[in-house]
Amino acid sequence: MAVGTSQTEGPSGAPSPASAGEHGTASGETLHMQLWRGDKDGGQFVEYQVPAQEGEVVLDVVHRIQASHAPDLAVRWNCKAGKCGSCSAEINGVPALMCMTRMSTLDTASPITVSPMRTFPVLRDLVTDVSFNFEVAKLIPSFTPAPPPPGGYRMQQVDVERGQEFRKCIECFLCQNVCHVIRDHEENKAHYAGPRFFVRLAELEMHPLDTLDRRAYVRERMGVGYCNITKCCTEVCPEGIHITDNAIIPLKERVVDSRYDPVAWLGRKILRRPAPMTAAEAAAHTSAATRGVSDAAR
Amino acid sequence: MSVVQENPAVPIPVEIGGVRAGPPRSQILRRDTWWFWPGVQALGLLAFVGYGIWTAFRGDFYYAGTMGHVSSLPSHYLSPFYSPCFVSSCPTDAVWGPAGGIGTVSPALLVLIFPMGFRVTCYYYRKTYYRSFWASPPACAVADVGSTQPGGMRSKYSGETRFPLILQNAHRYFWYVAVIFAGILTWDAIEAFRFGSGWGMGLGTLIFVVNAVLIWMYTAGCHACRHLCGGGLRRFSNAPVRHTIWRRIVTPLNEHHQLYAWMSLIWIAWTDLYVYLVATNTIHDPRFF
Repeated sequence: MAVGTSQTEGPSGAPSPASAGEHGTASGETLHMQLWRGDKDGGQFVEYQVPAQEGEVVLDVVHRIQASHAPDLAVRWNCKAGKCGSCSAEINGVPALMCMTRMSTLDTASPITVSPMRTFPVLRDLVTDVSFNFEVAKLIPSFTPAPPPPGGYRMQQVDVERGQEFRKCIECFLCQNVCHVIRDHEENKAHYAGPRFFVRLAELEMHPLDTLDRRAYVRERMGVGYCNITKCCTEVCPEGIHITDNAIIPLKERVVDSRYDPVAWLGRKILRRPAPMTAAEAAAHTSAATRGVSDAAR
Repeated sequence: MSVVQENPAVPIPVEIGGVRAGPPRSQILRRDTWWFWPGVQALGLLAFVGYGIWTAFRGDFYYAGTMGHVSSLPSHYLSPFYSPCFVSSCPTDAVWGPAGGIGTVSPALLVLIFPMGFRVTCYYYRKTYYRSFWASPPACAVADVGSTQPGGMRSKYSGETRFPLILQNAHRYFWYVAVIFAGILTWDAIEAFRFGSGWGMGLGTLIFVVNAVLIWMYTAGCHACRHLCGGGLRRFSNAPVRHTIWRRIVTPLNEHHQLYAWMSLIWIAWTDLYVYLVATNTIHDPRFF
């Protein structure tokens, strides 16, 4: 592991053991924090030694380092409550929110590494450029309800409940980060949407008022077939969304309905059901398309 | 940096923003024993495959029509590896289909392809062997083996979009057959209550009943079953019966699909081993009544 300079807390640094006592019980233990410092041109882990304080999360320690040792340390954060999804990083190599990872859960006997999400380009230190996700979001065929019937739309409770799990997503992009399809194979970003957007697509496909059929689009443009359902997205989701079981696998099964199941095909023919919507037809409902941006221009 | 579009027919035109930088991908930063469970699961699957090969090619001692300790009546225990038994070497009491059966090959070789296909294409087992054997990825946030070597055999990844892995989409067809097999194993469990021409119960009977129950719990918790029972609906309120099945039966089983996958796998091997031990007179089947 590349470890650069080691810095110990100085007199003008973060709380001394005495001041730490004002916030609670200080263990007196010294934390060895190795933070990734660098930008697109490269970088290294830099070790900072700070005294432990009871009840802290990783983000607290990173902020103390920022206040005492490294005022130029770049770290993205906002709510400190696990709801904004800003402070995603990799702690000892495990993708997690810094604000939701208690120091007491980590082995402080050995150095703790904090590094940026590997799937996205590093802007500086712990901050990554996650714009890939925003570009993919523009390619999701939007919610398309039929015209409202007299009296307005009606939804039954059982239908409402189903989508609630998906709407818990805070867009921390930890699932996108851990997904090996794009984490280990950069070239797949061109034709693979990633777990977060499969959650969005599943929510739309299960919406009782929606009228679009995105199955061909999910296969051809969103690349659901690349997912080999190893469930890492589910394991890292801080909201506990069952991404694989409740979103990706149901999407894969819907794709089987429309593409790979000859019995379903025969049933559609016999019952004169409409053929599945093509990917191009669904693509016309993306925000990019409805804003009049052509494929070539995009 | 613009992404290189490997497949121009289906591009997602994305400007990614720059080089990824950060720690090298080949560096494993995880400190926990991430290799432990994939290793255990690999050993478990290898052990089952090894046992399955031995028992499938054994071709004998798969039917225990033997006397128990407290009963002079013979049991009717047929190993699940050999059920349904429809070759000419099957015991008269156990043969299915035309009298005398068809062919002489080990019945297990004809039978096992279907439950094997069901398990190989199962979403849970896929996760397990993609991690444990394919190492794609070996664990979360650990790089796919070979992916960090530019131009190497495993530097590209196509998932389940190409042959042969695209065949995983046939899982629901194996599920249809698996339901039939679960029915057959249930019949075998009922047969295990039969001793001679009467009824009774031995330790083997219990083992067969547990086997049938576990097979049903695994089969009914399948993701394809969950989709077909009601998960594929857009509007639950239009199909209350299917919604009830989906919510009350299949989804609770599906939540523990991994557990039932392993329990049923281990128990089916244990059932076969028990039949083998009884058939070879290594142990006697204790009879309760």
